[in-house]
Amino acid sequence: MSLQTTLLLIPLLPLGGAVLAGLFRNQVGRVGSHTVTILGVGLSFALSAWILMQQINGTLETVNISVYTWMISDGIRFQVGFLIDHLTTLMMCVVTFVSLMVHIYTIGYMRDDPGYQRFFSYIALFTFSMLMLVMSNNFMQLFFGWEAVGLVSYLLIGFWFNKESAIKANLKAFLVNRVGDFGFLLGIAAVLLTFDTLDYAEVFAQAGTAVDQTLSVPGGMEWNMLTFICVCLFIGAMGKSAQAPLHVWLPDSMEGPTPISALIHAATMVTAGIFMVARMSPLFELSDAALSFVMLTGAVTALSMGLIGIVQNDVKRVIAYSTLSQLGYMTVALGVSAYSAAIFHLMTHAFFKALLFLGAGSVIIAMHHEQDMRYMGGLRKYMPVTWLTAWVGTLALVGFPFFAGFYSKDAIIEAVADSHRWGSSVAYFAVVAGVLITAIYSFRLLYLTFHGKERFEVIHDSGDHPPSGQLAHAPKESPLVVTIPLILLAIPSVVIGWMTIEPVLFGGWLEDSIFVLDKNNVLAELGEHFHGATAMALHSVNTLPFWLMITGLALATLIYLIRPSIADTVRNRVPFLYRLLDNKYYFDEFYQKFFAHGSVRLGRILWHKADAGFIDNGMVNGSARVVEWVAARVRRWQTGFLYDYAFAMIIGLIGILAVWVMMAP
Amino acid sequence: MMNGTMNGFLLSILIWLPLLGSVAVMVAGAHRPTMAKGLALLISSAAFLLGLPLFFSFDTSTAAMQFVELRPWIETFNIQYYLGVDGFSAPLILLTLFFGVLVVIAGWRSIQKNVNQYMAAFLVMEGLMIGVFCALDGLLFYVFFEAMLIPMFLVIGIWGGPRRVYATIKFFLYTFLGSVFMLIGLIYLYIQSGTWDILAWHEMPLSFNAQKWLFLGFLAAFAVKIPMFPVHTWLPDAHVEAPTGGSVILAAIMLKIGGYGFIRFSLPITPDASAALDWLVIGLSLIAVVYIGFVALAQQDMKKLIAYSSISHMGFVTLGLFIAFAIYRNTGGVSGAALGVEGAMVQMISHGFISGALFLTVGVLYDRVHSRMIKDYGGVANTMPWFALFAVFFLMANSGLPGTSGFVGEFMVILSSFQANFWFAFLAALTLILGAAYSLWLAKRVIFGAVTNREVQNLQDINSREALVLGTLAVAILVVGLWPQPLVDMLQASVDHLLQHIVQSKVI
Amino acid sequence: MLTLAHFLTLGAILFSLSIAGIFINRKNIIILLMCIELMLLAVNMNFVAFSRFLGNLDGQIFVFFILTVAAAEAGIGLAILVVLFRNRQTINVAELDDLKG
Repeated sequence: MSLQTTLLLIPLLPLGGAVLAGLFRNQVGRVGSHTVTILGVGLSFALSAWILMQQINGTLETVNISVYTWMISDGIRFQVGFLIDHLTTLMMCVVTFVSLMVHIYTIGYMRDDPGYQRFFSYIALFTFSMLMLVMSNNFMQLFFGWEAVGLVSYLLIGFWFNKESAIKANLKAFLVNRVGDFGFLLGIAAVLLTFDTLDYAEVFAQAGTAVDQTLSVPGGMEWNMLTFICVCLFIGAMGKSAQAPLHVWLPDSMEGPTPISALIHAATMVTAGIFMVARMSPLFELSDAALSFVMLTGAVTALSMGLIGIVQNDVKRVIAYSTLSQLGYMTVALGVSAYSAAIFHLMTHAFFKALLFLGAGSVIIAMHHEQDMRYMGGLRKYMPVTWLTAWVGTLALVGFPFFAGFYSKDAIIEAVADSHRWGSSVAYFAVVAGVLITAIYSFRLLYLTFHGKERFEVIHDSGDHPPSGQLAHAPKESPLVVTIPLILLAIPSVVIGWMTIEPVLFGGWLEDSIFVLDKNNVLAELGEHFHGATAMALHSVNTLPFWLMITGLALATLIYLIRPSIADTVRNRVPFLYRLLDNKYYFDEFYQKFFAHGSVRLGRILWHKADAGFIDNGMVNGSARVVEWVAARVRRWQTGFLYDYAFAMIIGLIGILAVWVMMAP
Repeated sequence: MMNGTMNGFLLSILIWLPLLGSVAVMVAGAHRPTMAKGLALLISSAAFLLGLPLFFSFDTSTAAMQFVELRPWIETFNIQYYLGVDGFSAPLILLTLFFGVLVVIAGWRSIQKNVNQYMAAFLVMEGLMIGVFCALDGLLFYVFFEAMLIPMFLVIGIWGGPRRVYATIKFFLYTFLGSVFMLIGLIYLYIQSGTWDILAWHEMPLSFNAQKWLFLGFLAAFAVKIPMFPVHTWLPDAHVEAPTGGSVILAAIMLKIGGYGFIRFSLPITPDASAALDWLVIGLSLIAVVYIGFVALAQQDMKKLIAYSSISHMGFVTLGLFIAFAIYRNTGGVSGAALGVEGAMVQMISHGFISGALFLTVGVLYDRVHSRMIKDYGGVANTMPWFALFAVFFLMANSGLPGTSGFVGEFMVILSSFQANFWFAFLAALTLILGAAYSLWLAKRVIFGAVTNREVQNLQDINSREALVLGTLAVAILVVGLWPQPLVDMLQASVDHLLQHIVQSKVI
Repeated sequence: MLTLAHFLTLGAILFSLSIAGIFINRKNIIILLMCIELMLLAVNMNFVAFSRFLGNLDGQIFVFFILTVAAAEAGIGLAILVVLFRNRQTINVAELDDLKG
């Protein structure tokens, strides 16, 4: 099997699975649909891992191949092709692995759902799209993957299309993403204008020559071309990776089934923006302004979204806000040129966040689709595996030493501390304060769900939809298809950071994929003080983030486990702050009023006033009315009496005669 | 050379087979609807198969006219029966032939009254539209251009909805008024040159003033046809009242005649005036994209919404065509201009598929519920899952999803307009948001959600005939979206040839 | 001595009388027909006078044509009148306004 075939098979196998499970849903049946998709994604993972092994062994160089020419227009060749380097392979492995876990988990989670085949078809299609995105070697295919994952995300958020909230959320998600894509497309157009090609390799090779180019914008503005390109591309990333102020869709996307929250809205799709910026590092490096923008956006997101997470009651929404906050961390890392750290955090986050989401899903199954943490508590004794894996995930998330999240998050914090970029002190404050907040909401989630008193009642005579807090049966541990993926994800959540920090951050694993200017290279500085993963973990006891995390743990333990009344007291003391957080800074209300209602109202005004009113009624019917009015006047001349006509003829004759006589010389 | 002789008559066959066939359908199908439908299907399929050489034997290396037929017609005025195709017309003819078959299948059940006349009207329309695309004689073009209105007028007027008379008159007067100005222009060109040969007009020098008036005359005809803001208001009315097949042909083919007219007449005959007045067309196109996008958002009627979305998408066609002038003026070269013109053509073909598909989709619902209002639906996906799959796919294509044909043209035009002016691209790219907003909001209200009423509860999913029609279109949309190269190949030489006109002044 | 001018004056007077008859008369459609006849006769007068004074017979030949046409016209006119009366029971010009816009 040649390399090209292998690479083609990696995305096409999941696609084949999706087509079989989707279009032939009745023929393959339920078992058939999960068999073909799991087979497709599993093989795809195996092949990705095989490529990774070859790269680790050093037998495979960076591959840049074209699959076919999409179009040649105006001398520009638009291609579909693959660029396989270390960064791509890393992403491929993460995507296919998490996807495989989610596929297996879904067998249990969606067991009773009538849309079983459809669901498998969608998530396999997602895997295909995401692989096309990360494997792309040019901007056009990147945009294809970019939008395709958006499409699948749209379909999956609205999977339960009878739920009004779900179809609202998916529309919102798609539209907010489109706002980002709007910027992204302009960025691509600017790339084409500047470099006359959309191929990564050619663009990056010429990037240096474009440093001083400007884009003159009619209206008397001159913008630095590279800054413009980078900011536009990053606006795309803001949409996809849910950075403030385009973050609003992600919490709502939790309306979708939990497996896709894990796969798409935590582990893979939302990190596409991070991946993209890292991939574009040769461009971003050349624009300090764009990088500052990236960093500050990330800092704002990391801190503000974490704060919201503290007041949420829906178990999935807490994790969603945590995802937003963690994406903010990655973005900050990108902004300080620590691209590898961002990718590293992306990877560790994919594992532990997928784990947390799948754990939450397991809880939701046990609670019969009750998602409100206020009606949970004490689940630890009912579902020990979920409880233990949730602890692993939480410790990884808060950055407890030796867990995966610790290494990636600490690397980001250190990188920000070392950075000299404009505004990096603000970002430093945000990421450090974020540690405390992360610890508070993470342990709050854990305590409210698994510890403390049982706040649900088991009753035996209720109908299909018991009111909140009432369960028909006692919660019980989820089946093996659910717990095995949890365990398989828990393992990397513990060890992946310790294992891979050295090669990924300091060993030059991503050297060929990511370009960093020497003056920005904060990770190199960090690398000088790096003495192995174990030493880093042990050393952390002397650092501020560790103690902030411990403080968060202590606070959460005190408030949510020992003295629950404190939470109410705090809430009543600062009602303003609580309301602000509970309403998510009123972003949704503002967008709803201003953009959604505003544009529909504008449309209505334009339609009624301009289109129907002015053009149709004014111009079109108006001209008809003028004709009618003139005719109404002129018809009076037609009296119908012969003698009037005769008179008119005579007058006319005399008139003509008179003219003729006068014209005669 | 069997093939050669055949090709020598190919265009005539394509025009006259449906035209004469319509008589057969009319006569043989009187009071025998099945016969009429079968015969119409046979004729349109035969025409489609016969037309395939236009793709397979098309020489992509030359911009010269191919499959040429030249015979004298009215010798006193030097009027000729002159047919031929180049890279611009061949894809449009193929599109026409393709839809010729589809509308017959689509009208299979929904038309109950005067079936033979309905089918005959569509065959006549097909023949005349092919005639428009391959006429190379100015008067022949005009005859086809005007004659085409008659069958459409009848289709809307006889098989249309309750306000069909208002709609037909509006449609007819609008288009007729526009084309009269074009006729004056054509006569002027004949008087100046002594010939009706369009290709000769392309080479003819003209004073700037003459070009300006000619340009405005052509603009009046084609702007109405495409339609451009502010002469677009006939389209929503015509679409709303037209039967499904009428809407499909109107959106998929007839609007393209406007775009084709710009390519065949305005750009090459009056390049200097086009360059001087490009701001007008570009401005109106951008208004169409943004303003109409907002108007579409507010629609309550599915067909009206799609009609407005058509106007918005056709804005990309005119933008792509005229952006070349702005690029030439701003940069002194035509780098990026071909992208715009080819994008405009790709957009025309793609919009043909997508808007046709969308009108057929609405038709499927209308056949069952007899309502076009959005509020009468909701939760259709529950009862019609396969239909929902197609509808969402087409709506996604309409919002320009990469991988579908809807993306290709918009992508090319936006890339091209960025070369000319940042704000052009900025406004054009707003369609990404607006297009998605109105398309998917429609999907949300009609397809998704809980079942809202008994009508929806009782819906039957699409049958195999409907699945065949929608499936064919879905495949076409995907093929063009995933591999536009064959289409662009057909255009390449002709576009390069057209761009030479743009850089050369024709002012004497 | 009678000169050409006398004849032409007579013709003009007859013509003016007939015109006045057409649009002053509001009662009887027969008078209209008579006025038309008179108008033709006025023209005939001019033809004959010119023919006599210019020594050219063409004018008199035209007169015969005109007389023929006038006779035919009177016949058709009267026929129309009969039909009109049968339908409307009136030949009052002031009541005939079917052409009113």
